[in-house]
Amino acid sequence: MTEIKMPKLGESVTEGTIERWLVKPGDTVEEYDPLCEVITDKVTAEVPSVAAGTIGELLVSEGETVDVGVAICTVEAEGGEEAPAAGEDAPEDEVEEPAPAKAASPAKGAEKPRGARISPVVMRLASENDIDLNEVQGTGFNGRITKKDILKVIEQPAEPKSAPAETAPAAQSRPAAAKPSVRAGEEIPVSGVRAAIAEKMVQSSTEIPHAWLMMEVDATNLVNLRNSLKNDFKKDEGFNLTFFSFFVKAAAETLKEFPMLNSSWQGDKIVVNKDINISIAVAGDDKLYVPVIKNADELTIKGIAKQVNELAELGRAHKLTSEHMSGGTFTVNNTGAFGSVQSMGIINHPQAAILQVESIVKKPVIVDDMIAIRHMVNLCLSIDHRVLDGLVAGQFLKRVKEKIEKISAEHTSVY
Amino acid sequence: MAKISYLQAISNALDHEMGKDEDVFILGEDVGKKGGVFKVTAGLQEKYGELRCMDTPLAESNIVGTAIGAAMMGKRPVAEIQFADYILPATNQILSEAAKIRYRSNGDWNCPIVIRAPFGGGIHGALYHSQSVEALFSSTPGLKVVIPSTPSDAKGLLISAIRDNDPVLFFEHKKAYRLLKEEVPEGDYTVPIGKADVKRKGEDITVITYGLCVNYSLQAAERLSKDGHDIEILDLRTVYPLDKESIIESASKTGKVLLVTEDNLEGSVMSEVSAIIAENCLYDLDAPIMRLAGPDVPAMPYSPLMEDHFMVNPDKIEKKMLELLEH
Repeated sequence: MTEIKMPKLGESVTEGTIERWLVKPGDTVEEYDPLCEVITDKVTAEVPSVAAGTIGELLVSEGETVDVGVAICTVEAEGGEEAPAAGEDAPEDEVEEPAPAKAASPAKGAEKPRGARISPVVMRLASENDIDLNEVQGTGFNGRITKKDILKVIEQPAEPKSAPAETAPAAQSRPAAAKPSVRAGEEIPVSGVRAAIAEKMVQSSTEIPHAWLMMEVDATNLVNLRNSLKNDFKKDEGFNLTFFSFFVKAAAETLKEFPMLNSSWQGDKIVVNKDINISIAVAGDDKLYVPVIKNADELTIKGIAKQVNELAELGRAHKLTSEHMSGGTFTVNNTGAFGSVQSMGIINHPQAAILQVESIVKKPVIVDDMIAIRHMVNLCLSIDHRVLDGLVAGQFLKRVKEKIEKISAEHTSVY
Repeated sequence: MAKISYLQAISNALDHEMGKDEDVFILGEDVGKKGGVFKVTAGLQEKYGELRCMDTPLAESNIVGTAIGAAMMGKRPVAEIQFADYILPATNQILSEAAKIRYRSNGDWNCPIVIRAPFGGGIHGALYHSQSVEALFSSTPGLKVVIPSTPSDAKGLLISAIRDNDPVLFFEHKKAYRLLKEEVPEGDYTVPIGKADVKRKGEDITVITYGLCVNYSLQAAERLSKDGHDIEILDLRTVYPLDKESIIESASKTGKVLLVTEDNLEGSVMSEVSAIIAENCLYDLDAPIMRLAGPDVPAMPYSPLMEDHFMVNPDKIEKKMLELLEH
């Protein structure tokens, strides 16, 4: 019999939540068959079987969170043979440190036994702030957790993995749940991706002082160009030439000119990112994923359209991994896709800005003192006001506007 | 402001109060003609006359008893005991009379006396000239026990003590007399009795001490600050009654407390400070309360090596601070 253990999904990850079991006891599985979906932070990953055989027992139920290395189910190997321990490796790109996952966790638990010396002030601060002392690194004598150690944890709660996914969103939703006058309908437990989204949003909106601005852009040339190309493009390439790709391209180019928009607030410093990696939002059922188009400034419009297409498909299939979703430096959000004409985006922490591309709509506008019918689009920009001021944000948005308005069949190539 | 020694600051305070108030007078062994064995009262007899700077027989009980009687007749005597070690013959006068007059007479009488006495070791004075006796008097309500750690505090506290309407014991560290020098405010300058003083602000640990150990602790803290350690030093200044508020505030702030005294460890003033912290700050403590004090041996040894072993010094304090910092 082989025990399947919670894999370590990323460097700083210490626990995972079983989102869904894909097998039940008695099922026959091949090696590498997916057993369940596991969620950490914003990543959903499948845990593959390390052996062929029959599922014995599911040790952890759906929605339950367990530490990395804890057994989650058992597999009865074919012919009763023990599966080789070497097969412990979990899925390719999701797992950064697969090997130590097995032994690390129990050993770590034993290092900080219950009988550890905890001073009164540390105990008080831990209970007041809901801190698990097993997660605090001690720097005192013999690794004792000092008051300073715990104050450090309280002052820097940013690391989302330490806060169990349930606590923050649960606290947020309590007022709503307490309203007795409304007849209660279905209760949806907050877990997994929803909880991760909630936590991230609370962090972004509480930590970042947002400022907003919007510019109206004439997209008539863009609409004409894209309409003239789209059928041939679809035939040749097999995927759609979307308006969104043009906006991502324009934003990526403009970020090169205004690198401050491509930076990150890091407490005592602002880190200006060299790579231009554009996060985009992809919806899959009730979930929201934010995969990344890496080095978007180096891609053609076709290249961007291709990546958007691939990432969206993976998102719909819930197959995006942490690899897909990490490293973003700026977000372009296609809010126009659902008909919005104006919105105030919440910045994707720790980025410094998010650009919302709204619906392109036909409107009467004044051109050369005449009323004309033009395809208009609103671009809405949210900025982290700690990093950016209105001036540079305005300059950036104006440049994107110019780029979109200057698009023409003669000067713009999608290849 | 002039830079003057701890000893000069005390002389200065006596001179100032004698000049200001005719009821203030000094009595003690060799205080007049000789000007005191340490020269604290030098020149005062010449300036104010024999009756206001009075030599007495070698009888401490008599000195304090005379002072109490004069105080009840409206005078403000400042009695000097030549060495604190010799205060014991006067203990009955101090504990049973001076401390209790106000209480016993239901407030009709009071006893505005100051008893000055040099105490402390490190001057090769052996057992009769090195003792710390403050703990003996630090459990008798009605008394105030003051031990200044700097020239400024010495002046300000002595003037406050002379003006106080109740008995004050004023212990001066004899090694500090000529060791400590600083700018001291001229003229009328007082420091409140009963108030501790943060001599150095810090966040990492609190050192609570008094007397010469304040200076030693500051030296140790200064050395450790070069390694980034941020040490707070609270000078009790009045060891009885204690400034509980300041003790609790500082101990709660850092959660790590080192208590330093030159007195013998057991039953010293620091034992009471420790109790105050234990009673009031438990849930703010990050380490056991630590103490550094003289060993529990009967007296200061005469042998220089042994004396060094007995005495608290900056090296010992630094080592203990580090132990607490690293805890």
